[in-house]
Amino acid sequence: MTVTVQPAITRHSILNPDGTLVKGAKARVSDQLLLEMLRWMLMSRIYDERATALQRQGKYGVFSPALGQEASVVGSAMALDPKRDWIVPQYRELMAIVRHGYPLERVAATGMGRISEASRIPDGVNVLPTQVALAAQLPHATGLAWGLKLQKKDSVVMTYVGDGGSSEGDFHEALNLAGVMQAPVVFFLQNNQWAISTPRRRQTATPSFALRAAGYGFPGVEVDGNDVLAVYQAATEAVQRARAGDGPTLIESLTYRMSFHNTTDNPSLYEDPKDRDEASRRDPIDRVIKHLTRRGLWSEERDRETRAGVRADIDAALERAATFPSAAPSDLFENVYAELPDRVRRQHAELLGEGTES
Amino acid sequence: MTQRNIVEAINNALDEEMQRDPRVMVIGLDVGKLGGVFRATSGLLDKHGPQRVVDTPLAEAGIVGASLGLAISGMVPVAEIQFLGFTAQAFHQIGPQLARFRMRSRGRYHCQVTIRAPFGGGISSPEFHSDAVEAQFVQSPGIKVVMPSNAYDAKGLLLEAIRDPDPVLYCEPDRLYRLGRMEVPDGDYTVPLGKADVVRQGDDITLVAWSAAVELCVRAADKLAEEGISATVVDLRTLVPFDVDTVVSAVAKTGRCLVVHEAPLSAGFGAEVVATLAKEAFYDLDAPIDRVTSYDVPYPAGPFEDWYLPSVERVVAAARSTASK
Repeated sequence: MTVTVQPAITRHSILNPDGTLVKGAKARVSDQLLLEMLRWMLMSRIYDERATALQRQGKYGVFSPALGQEASVVGSAMALDPKRDWIVPQYRELMAIVRHGYPLERVAATGMGRISEASRIPDGVNVLPTQVALAAQLPHATGLAWGLKLQKKDSVVMTYVGDGGSSEGDFHEALNLAGVMQAPVVFFLQNNQWAISTPRRRQTATPSFALRAAGYGFPGVEVDGNDVLAVYQAATEAVQRARAGDGPTLIESLTYRMSFHNTTDNPSLYEDPKDRDEASRRDPIDRVIKHLTRRGLWSEERDRETRAGVRADIDAALERAATFPSAAPSDLFENVYAELPDRVRRQHAELLGEGTES
Repeated sequence: MTQRNIVEAINNALDEEMQRDPRVMVIGLDVGKLGGVFRATSGLLDKHGPQRVVDTPLAEAGIVGASLGLAISGMVPVAEIQFLGFTAQAFHQIGPQLARFRMRSRGRYHCQVTIRAPFGGGISSPEFHSDAVEAQFVQSPGIKVVMPSNAYDAKGLLLEAIRDPDPVLYCEPDRLYRLGRMEVPDGDYTVPLGKADVVRQGDDITLVAWSAAVELCVRAADKLAEEGISATVVDLRTLVPFDVDTVVSAVAKTGRCLVVHEAPLSAGFGAEVVATLAKEAFYDLDAPIDRVTSYDVPYPAGPFEDWYLPSVERVVAAARSTASK
């Protein structure tokens, strides 16, 4: 169902938390696609558990789970065609970039500090590196989309940002430029209500992040970010608009971060447990399972089998990741320039014990 | 034989490269119909069209960030930031983002991006227009920093910069833009990045400079010659790469050195030159190395400029003193 909330924005909602369809809404995806979405959502959640556990054992670096945001991450990414479309990520969308073709073992190897060309984004996979300088990725996405359009490519760029990142100046510059250039880009704003410990109400006085799109001259859309069908529908429409040459869209995906910001964080210092409880009643995975169960497409046995399959895939990826080359001192000077300037080459030699710096 | 000043040389380089390489595009504030506030992009819009010569919103971070994305898409953007002082608002996109993207992607991506930015004092421009902040970018490994001082180099270095697979910050000496013409050939030639130029050979002292300070040093060298002091003038041309060998061998011959730049004294690139010489040319030095620079105060309003900037008189006085030690 689509409800017009303000002249400038529409709100998408299809699946209720109890798994029933919103009155008047239709699930416009095949059963097979919905099952595929659920599997990716489970991949995300179970990988979060595994990576967090490994971090606690000292085997994984600082990690930011997507827990609670799986519908948002998966529903948006699945609206893209990995062969021609691009993802410019922030960092809380790991399964979006994995689904887009960045192999999980390479993502995991990077997380484990096994950083080398072996763990880089493979050629032909249309994904940019994850970005921790928040919103800095947005102008890149605008430029990339603009350039693809100039070359008459049939491609769309989807880029991710959060409610916190949207307060950065780069957010404004990127969206403004995208509007002017009519760039084929979708700005997917995951409003998970938190920027580390800073609540959404401290980021902005606007009642809706999606409303901001009006200021840039393109549509803004609100979507229930815990409803994978609604996210997928909103993202698909935005991608279609961009591909048709009708320019950018800002999607605000209303979700909730059901975990810590990252493994260094302690939400008990600032989060009201009632908010977490309330969010867990809107769990994005539960509602798909309830929906599929109602329709006779899911059972306890299928649940067990699917989760076991997902775990096996993740374990295999983690095992492969552990065999990736460790960081080596010679790599420190790799990929700084196409060709190292003499002065830097001498520093490289010094590090390797072959000479002195000047 | 074609005589060009620096603005004309830059315009000619952009025009020829856009003809040669359909991926090259020029973006920035007022680069279209106006041809840029200094007219460096004059005529390019008519010749190459609005897809490739693009006026952007007033947003330095957006211009640089979008250039990064354009490069990844396969274009070769040459972005104009109207004045180098305005790069402050784009600093994050230049240093942490553009300069590091090759490394951040472990070599999957590189950014063939040139950022052109006029800078420097002596033209009484408004606040923030004259700041010589080039050294800030030397602390951002991954980007090259190019500082032409004359029209011939301006064209050759710009063509080299545009073709460099890595990002380049190309700083233009606005005071010299129209100071005079010299032979700047039509057609393709390049000046390599990382090769300093010995502009003048002398015996008594080496003056090391870049950009507009080179012109100052040449005038100072003329005055010094009248006093019987013969000066070598080295134009670094690029700060990254820094041509250590040419500077060291020039200073080894004269035994004395003076570094001249428009940036404030402390932690200017001159400090890097002096520290390098202190190590590499120590046993050839006959006197302490000195510097003539702007002072460690914010770039002042027009009426103060002549006191703030290095002058021929200050360079001559410092060189005379160093040569007599």
